[in-house]
Amino acid sequence: MSEPAASLDPGSARVVREFAPRVLSVLLARGADFSSAEDAVAEALLQAVTTWAQDPPLDPQGWLVTTAWRRWVDGVRSASARTAREEALALAPPPGDVPGTDDTLELYRLCAHPALSTASAAALVLRAVGGLTTRQVADAFAVPEATMAQRISRAKRTVREQGLPPSGSLTSVLRALYLVFNEGHDGDVDLCEEAIRLARELHRRTADEEAAGLLALLLLHHARRPARTDEAGQLVPLDRQDRTRWRTDLAAEGVAVLQAALARERRGEYQLQAAVAALHCDAATWEETDWPQVVAWYDDLVALTASPVHALGRVVALGEAQGSAAGLAALAAVPADVPRRAAVEARLREAAGERAVAANLYAEAARRATRVRERDHLVREAARLRQGR
Amino acid sequence: MPKYLLLKHYRGAPAAVNDVPMDRWTPQEVTDHIAYMRDWAARLEATGEFVDGQALSPDGLWVRSDGEGRPPVTDGPFAETKDLAAGWMIIDVESRERAIELAGELSAAPGAGGRPIHEWLELRPFLDDPAPATDE
Repeated sequence: MSEPAASLDPGSARVVREFAPRVLSVLLARGADFSSAEDAVAEALLQAVTTWAQDPPLDPQGWLVTTAWRRWVDGVRSASARTAREEALALAPPPGDVPGTDDTLELYRLCAHPALSTASAAALVLRAVGGLTTRQVADAFAVPEATMAQRISRAKRTVREQGLPPSGSLTSVLRALYLVFNEGHDGDVDLCEEAIRLARELHRRTADEEAAGLLALLLLHHARRPARTDEAGQLVPLDRQDRTRWRTDLAAEGVAVLQAALARERRGEYQLQAAVAALHCDAATWEETDWPQVVAWYDDLVALTASPVHALGRVVALGEAQGSAAGLAALAAVPADVPRRAAVEARLREAAGERAVAANLYAEAARRATRVRERDHLVREAARLRQGR
Repeated sequence: MPKYLLLKHYRGAPAAVNDVPMDRWTPQEVTDHIAYMRDWAARLEATGEFVDGQALSPDGLWVRSDGEGRPPVTDGPFAETKDLAAGWMIIDVESRERAIELAGELSAAPGAGGRPIHEWLELRPFLDDPAPATDE
């Protein structure tokens, strides 16, 4: 499905997929089961994309509900014929208006069911709430469409067996959206933007401070995207980025969302990470960053999560705030197997003037990198030091 | 989810426990072996963990550039039969532990006498390359 980036005509895939959760909510409110209703909505969305451009409906949501409901009834009817269980259809309530039905929040929780792996939850959220096609979700995770179709149908089976998760916790929803933002390969859908859209929709429907924290974090990271890679697609680390290319609109929105959340004094991991990101976005240069304040947020993050990854982030900030010796001293407490530890040590050793040691550490970090661009960057860093520049 | 290349080759690994070449098996043993591999792959397709896979012909050759304006040089094949890569499969799984579990299953495919081959398979994680979304 092609998607014109700029045009927002009614038949564009982007416009159509925004209706997905509300249409699915209506079908579920009418008594349709989750799994087949979700299929019916997916088919209706596809039909909308192919027909709306020529024949735009007056009431897009009504059109989608009617179309999806018909598809669902047809599906139940043929299943009934196959299994000779006509009562399945007889039990289905007749179509009727369910005004104002919007169980989008419940859909998020259902699709990111705690019984699912985060990757499966992310796939199901993208399809059922995000309205993406299976092929788009498959592209997002760089697997064949058939593989993703199987994964989604297994996830739906799990959801059907488990039912709605009992507590109101959004933890697994937030984790799934963060995975979409971080791990997604861009096909014809920009997954960072899709994760932000879904986080916005979620934030609009809940007062949860961590939902706000996640949205703020994604916005603040995304604000820096234009500067994160150069024209050749190479990674540009934060300290060398052209900060005039950062998106101030996204940064400002992120800061506003974060401040409102922090004011409620129910802090969590996403809010604290967003606070760090906000300080970076606030600094005109790397050197002008408020490093003591960054260290303070990392102190809170480490106290809250005991995560060695955050402990490593704290080492970087400490190295800038108090010098490489302080950073190296704190690094000693970070376990050797924490990802990117060698790269952090390399940076501190270079700052301490130990260039040969730093070069070897960059080379080691490159061998341990799990992403191509990161590895290439680290190899260049090792090469830079060995060339004596 | 991490992707892994599961590589079936014989370079650098100790011999399999049940190390009888396939052409010395009975026809039924060959059939059973192939059925086991097919069922294994079908299960992975059903779980949404299968990405791709291919058996490779032993007719390989070596190629290198011989400079501008000249055709590439080819040579070989040099490899001993036992050095050949016989095939590969790409899986996309929840964890390293799951990848090891699956490779273990594949290694247990039946061979001579219907007993598991217990051959060595190489498991290599992909260097993933999504666009970086963060930089702290």
